[in-house]
Amino acid sequence: MKLDAKIPAGALPEKWTKYRSTVRLVSPANKRKIDIIVVGTGLAGASAAASLAELGYKVKAFCFQDSPRRAHSIAAQGGINAAKNYQNDGDSVFRLFYDTIKGGDYRAREANVHRLAEVSGSIIDQCVAQGVPFAREYGGLLDNRSFGGTQVSRTFYARGQTGQQLLLGAYSALSRQIEKGQVEMFSRHEMVEVVMVDGKARGIIARDLVSGKLERHSGHAVVIASGGYGNVFYLSTNAMGSNVTAAWKAHKQGALFGNPCFTQIHPTCLPQTGEYQSKLTLMSESLRNDGRVWVPKTKEDAKAIQEGRKKASDIAEADRDYYLERKYPAFGNLVPRDVASRAAKEACDEGRGVAPTGLAVFLDFRDAINRLGKDVISARYGNLFEMYDKITGDNPYETPMKIYPAVHYTMGGLWVDYNLMTTVPGLYAIGEANFSDHGANRLGASALMQGLADGYFVLPYTIGDYLADEIGTGKISTDGDAFVQAEQIVTERQKRLMGIKGKQSVESFHRRLGKIMWEYCGMARNEEGLTKARDMIRALRDEFWSDVRIPGTMEEFNPELDKAGRVADFLELGELMVIDALVRKESCGGHFRLESQTPEGEAKRDDDNFAFVSAWEFNGLEGDPILHQENLEFEAVKLTQRSYK
Amino acid sequence: MGKENIGLTLKVWRQKNEADKGHFETYKLSEVSTHASFLEMIDVLNEQLIVEGKDPVAFDHDCREGICGMCSMYINGRAHGPQSATTTCQLHMRHFNDGETITIEPWRAAPFPVIKDLTVDRSAFDQIMAAGGYVSVNTGNAPDGNAMPIPKEDADEAFNAAACIGCGACVAACKNASAMLFVSAKVSQYALLPQGQPERKERVLKMVAKMDELGFGNCTNTGACEAECPKGISITNIARLNREFLSASLTPGH
Repeated sequence: MKLDAKIPAGALPEKWTKYRSTVRLVSPANKRKIDIIVVGTGLAGASAAASLAELGYKVKAFCFQDSPRRAHSIAAQGGINAAKNYQNDGDSVFRLFYDTIKGGDYRAREANVHRLAEVSGSIIDQCVAQGVPFAREYGGLLDNRSFGGTQVSRTFYARGQTGQQLLLGAYSALSRQIEKGQVEMFSRHEMVEVVMVDGKARGIIARDLVSGKLERHSGHAVVIASGGYGNVFYLSTNAMGSNVTAAWKAHKQGALFGNPCFTQIHPTCLPQTGEYQSKLTLMSESLRNDGRVWVPKTKEDAKAIQEGRKKASDIAEADRDYYLERKYPAFGNLVPRDVASRAAKEACDEGRGVAPTGLAVFLDFRDAINRLGKDVISARYGNLFEMYDKITGDNPYETPMKIYPAVHYTMGGLWVDYNLMTTVPGLYAIGEANFSDHGANRLGASALMQGLADGYFVLPYTIGDYLADEIGTGKISTDGDAFVQAEQIVTERQKRLMGIKGKQSVESFHRRLGKIMWEYCGMARNEEGLTKARDMIRALRDEFWSDVRIPGTMEEFNPELDKAGRVADFLELGELMVIDALVRKESCGGHFRLESQTPEGEAKRDDDNFAFVSAWEFNGLEGDPILHQENLEFEAVKLTQRSYK
Repeated sequence: MGKENIGLTLKVWRQKNEADKGHFETYKLSEVSTHASFLEMIDVLNEQLIVEGKDPVAFDHDCREGICGMCSMYINGRAHGPQSATTTCQLHMRHFNDGETITIEPWRAAPFPVIKDLTVDRSAFDQIMAAGGYVSVNTGNAPDGNAMPIPKEDADEAFNAAACIGCGACVAACKNASAMLFVSAKVSQYALLPQGQPERKERVLKMVAKMDELGFGNCTNTGACEAECPKGISITNIARLNREFLSASLTPGH
């Protein structure tokens, strides 16, 4: 298979404008005859479904939640980037493009990222027009704040609930099209298979999660907008239902999977408190502006804190190790996410962690409160302090917060070309579900930007290039062999799961998988650990398929069966992530190979050998997946090694 | 500091499906960590039930950080439990005592039929939103984001209304199963913003008509909705909804 990214010719700043004006169109009369399936209703899926419906396509949208408004985009806190330059601080499309490429540690595709920066401004305009209540200044104009990895203020926000407000905007646009009959909405439905007809994606099999019935849905194109796969780690900041199933089914039907090992681990999350824990909660990274990160210098003091014999305040100033300030004097507590996360892990691995589990570091506001007063700190972080208090029962004004890194976002995903089409004709992937824009590390406030860019302003144009050939196809029947067989395969798979009748719950397998992934494919990876992890995942997969217990039946509302299907897919994806991490023998962004470090112990990229996208082809579970490479060529930026000393 | 682990008796509503009559089932849990969230406590119960070969309790949940609006439990007679301004997923077990009996029920309202156990169907809310909860603007039509200054206080007040998570606690808490707080939050958001003006009257009439059609009750100013709302949506929004509705009803042509 020859990978063709289909990047238009011409100078970087002109590619998108030219392409948009020359890409093939589908006339309004023909759009009516074309059905598009959209799986997922987060920022990418809802905005795509609404925009495609506005254009006149007939859309069917699917989500597993009880309402499209609940997709996990809703939980995004910080904001959305756009190169508006409203603050007159010298921002531009090029700067946003450059920051994103550099932040991604030079592992993203230039043309896609430039397009993202170009359309970023239109996203803000669109959301404002929808009535999204962005934060404003007293003069009535939009407010901005700054975020990590940049030197300008380009982040638009709606308090700490930007994702919620943007998603409700997209949901309102979607609701309008539902009312008009242009979108048919299927809530509490899960896509469980892609249906292929003559080498093209022609539909899906979906499970009605309430009745348990399988349904066949046909379309001239299928759009996967099902989000990221961070839940492969079990504990993450993702929602409980976030899963890889739609993307994984697409992968097994021939869509290549790009950079699966690129995961983002966020440094400021609430630590795990016990075995029962189901998810990890993010605390905004803005806290690192005033909080100082530390652990005790000695293991003895740490042990005393772990066992509750000492409190943070019992540790004298001289016995504290402000390790970020010590190791990175230039950036201190404000080093990028990946660096801060690794340093916390190191301190805890040395036995100097501070929670009963030994897996936490302090984020201390004592000095900031002494310097600025409690009122100032409260004005800046009051809501976050309250949330922390609510969850932990500790008051951060009096005692330092305890934080630990957690899996947050996956940069990897289905490989797509410039049109956002996967390697399967007619099958598209947008938002976090694709691999395209963030390279090996995503900058803060860029996930919302990419999801909405794909859905509002990219896919509605690029999908025409493919659909222009479909205007004569006519309605696709769901009675054909391909649909019958696909449904049969799903039924067999579910029967097999139900028939195991083992002893262990789905959740317990998921938890064990998460531990393997976190230990060996988490913040630091090496050949030995990854090799071991691959065997462990395979063994766990076998155990799952012989000893999982799923109560109830297939023909009813059965959340355990839904979960089993998702965990079964995670058990396959996990192996691919490990293989990808093994092959990439360099460190870059969120991927840290212990074998590839600078003399100071920092991540060392290897541009000579690894300036490519890994795009994996499924080759059966027994065989090894096949690696295809898309070489990354950089014209507009110069590759440099990051340093924060 | 309280105990690290507590023992509980749970009285949980079990109902196989919409048609089933339903009943309470009693379960004992020992060694529940006070650091666990309420939903994690239910996870522990379900793990126990599955291993014993029994049917786990079905309940809605997703983000577990208080924003998606999916969790929906009626705990000891209160929507989302005893803590104010807190969703069930952010309620923690340290607020309960060792040896306590906790009663857990689904939202009970005719427009929210039970699907199974604690899971209810809230799609009526989506239907109300589809009736008019939007600004009719197609992608690509928008003027520059700063073309229209909006006073900060209006934007802030619109945000306060827009913070609704659509969980349905207001309906569950209301003796009339009224959806007025939910509807008023969306109507208010747009009524306060210039973008919402062109469709202002039509919107409120359509959304209220849909709300009535779906069988939600009337507001009799009890205020339970506001008291139980996990996001602190103010009941003044209902007053605004009434004004908006009256004014639109009196406008000729509407």
